[in-house]
Amino acid sequence: MSDNNERPVATTRTLELVVAALLFLIGAVVIYDSVRLGARWGDDGPQAGYFPFYVGLLICAATAAVFFRALSDKMKAAKAFVTRAAFGQVLWMLVPSIVYVVLIKAIGIYVASTIFIAFFMRRLGRYPWASTVAVAVGVSVVFFLLFEVWFKVPLPKGPLESWLGLD
Amino acid sequence: MEEIGSLIHGFAVALTPFNLMLMLVGVVLGVIIGVLPGLGGANGVAILLPLTFTMPPTSAIIMLSCIYWGALFGGAITSILFNIPGEPWSVATTFDGYPLGQKGRAGTALTAAFTSSFVGALIAVIVITFLSPIVANFALQFGPPEFFAVYLLTFCAFVGMSKGQALKTIASMMVGFALAAVGLDTVTGSLRLTFGFTELLQGFDFLIAVIGLFGIGEILLTLEEGLAFKGASAKINLAVVKQTWQELPRYWLTSLRSSAVGCFMGIVPGGATPASFMAYGVAKRFSPDGEKFGTGQVEGVVAPETAAHAAGTSALLPMLTLGVPGSPTAAVLLGGLLIWGLQPGPLLFQEQKEFVWGLIASMYLGNIAGLIVVLTCVPLFAAILRIPFSIIAPVIIVICAIGAYTVHNSMFDVYLMLVFGVAGYVLRKLDYPLAPLVLALVLGDRAESAFRQAMLISQGNVSIFFSKALVGGMTTLALVLLFWPLIQIGLRKVKGV
Repeated sequence: MSDNNERPVATTRTLELVVAALLFLIGAVVIYDSVRLGARWGDDGPQAGYFPFYVGLLICAATAAVFFRALSDKMKAAKAFVTRAAFGQVLWMLVPSIVYVVLIKAIGIYVASTIFIAFFMRRLGRYPWASTVAVAVGVSVVFFLLFEVWFKVPLPKGPLESWLGLD
Repeated sequence: MEEIGSLIHGFAVALTPFNLMLMLVGVVLGVIIGVLPGLGGANGVAILLPLTFTMPPTSAIIMLSCIYWGALFGGAITSILFNIPGEPWSVATTFDGYPLGQKGRAGTALTAAFTSSFVGALIAVIVITFLSPIVANFALQFGPPEFFAVYLLTFCAFVGMSKGQALKTIASMMVGFALAAVGLDTVTGSLRLTFGFTELLQGFDFLIAVIGLFGIGEILLTLEEGLAFKGASAKINLAVVKQTWQELPRYWLTSLRSSAVGCFMGIVPGGATPASFMAYGVAKRFSPDGEKFGTGQVEGVVAPETAAHAAGTSALLPMLTLGVPGSPTAAVLLGGLLIWGLQPGPLLFQEQKEFVWGLIASMYLGNIAGLIVVLTCVPLFAAILRIPFSIIAPVIIVICAIGAYTVHNSMFDVYLMLVFGVAGYVLRKLDYPLAPLVLALVLGDRAESAFRQAMLISQGNVSIFFSKALVGGMTTLALVLLFWPLIQIGLRKVKGV
């Protein structure tokens, strides 16, 4: 079990190569769009793509060098970028965060935050329901008072708030 | 001395009850931000920036800069008590601070850290007070080529100071420039890199990038490392403070050296983090107790803390006088100035005297307030760290989401924040420095317009950057810094043979 947990999901070299390739792609996109807009000297001065063109060129050059350096790096080939256990932890944070952000749009930020905090307290902290609900609801109420009442900054609200007549 | 007069006037501006209250609120918030994982100076200020849009600019910057001072102080608390640097610049503080805490001398270490932070900041503020009017006056003669040379110098300094990761520094910086270019080009009116997405018309907001890269990315990193807060207890009483203060003057030379290192690294955008390491290294070499460093020497706490605070503070000098921030937090503050309708740069000292000197005066007051707050409230701040991670982590993500949303009241920004968060996590793990990316994102448009104007003057001839002694000197220096990693390799080879 622990052996399995220590196993790397990917080596540092693999990720180094992937990231360098992705950044290279970004550089290529920048170059492409700059050329489309005109990266030369126009009648009235430098064209819109003049500056970004060189920016894209530098991205490609730097990441290509990083890529080829990483290819021959034996140390990084053996090093884990992230172990299975640690990656699991990160996913347990990341996936709920994505769900949370999607929920904000659907049911408003206050209800979504309450659910989000409660989820973590139950799952990571294993708190009893009573304290979980108290903290999660409490935090959201404090934020509501802080932003809607005190700072008068409207945040996204959903059906609950309109049912309560708070928006 | 004209500066003294202006400064006294500045104190009159800063010393209103409202501003004093904001200072205190800012410092307390700042320390909390500095103590919590995932929140730091840069993204703390970025999250709170939208809330200050309605305030008068002087009050707003006073509060935000005090958050910055507070965050600088706060980083030391976690380093000494928990061996977890709350901020990157407090990593060097853990070397001797944590062993001191383990020996039961946490109070001494904290007092030494806070006091040297204060001394470093004070020296940096004095430098700002007297040097910035001179720099601003000097910069009044700058034209577009000179300004571009300053930007070039800033960015090349990043490359020159990056240790062995010059290529990644360049890559991350250029990605920042590319992100800055997205959106409507104000000169030609054409759309760049938007590919038909209307959300991208306005371009990427650096506040979103900062909140995502530093906030969400940091939380993911912390989570992966697994957090267990087992710390020394924090008690500071008057006796400990007195005793430490009697001991501290012994290290005056270390303080002075560290302040010099810090001020230099802050003004040339090296930043607080390398400054703290350099100061620690220098102190270790020159101290008579050098070989005992790392076992819990007070001097080993004094050196990095003085330098980090001096660098963090003096990073505001180029931000105010030239419009070139020396650190990510200074970059966020610069973004704030632009939003409030103030144009940072030499003219600021002529046209917005109240604002500039109010801010400088508030730096003196804010740091005094900071010292008092941290010395008296350490147990309180340490208690915050004992809140379990399973509560604090989701709350911080909620705060980041709210912060991202309030920038433009747009959900798209919240999605973007998550994307930047994942990017920040991966890039940080692969040693891509994030500060150059943020700085390039903030300065991209200004650097590009300086470049374009210079090119227009010279009709596309690059030699304009060498046309006069001043601009030529700056460009040459920039190029030397840019190729410094290569030059070093060359020198080593020559010496080796």
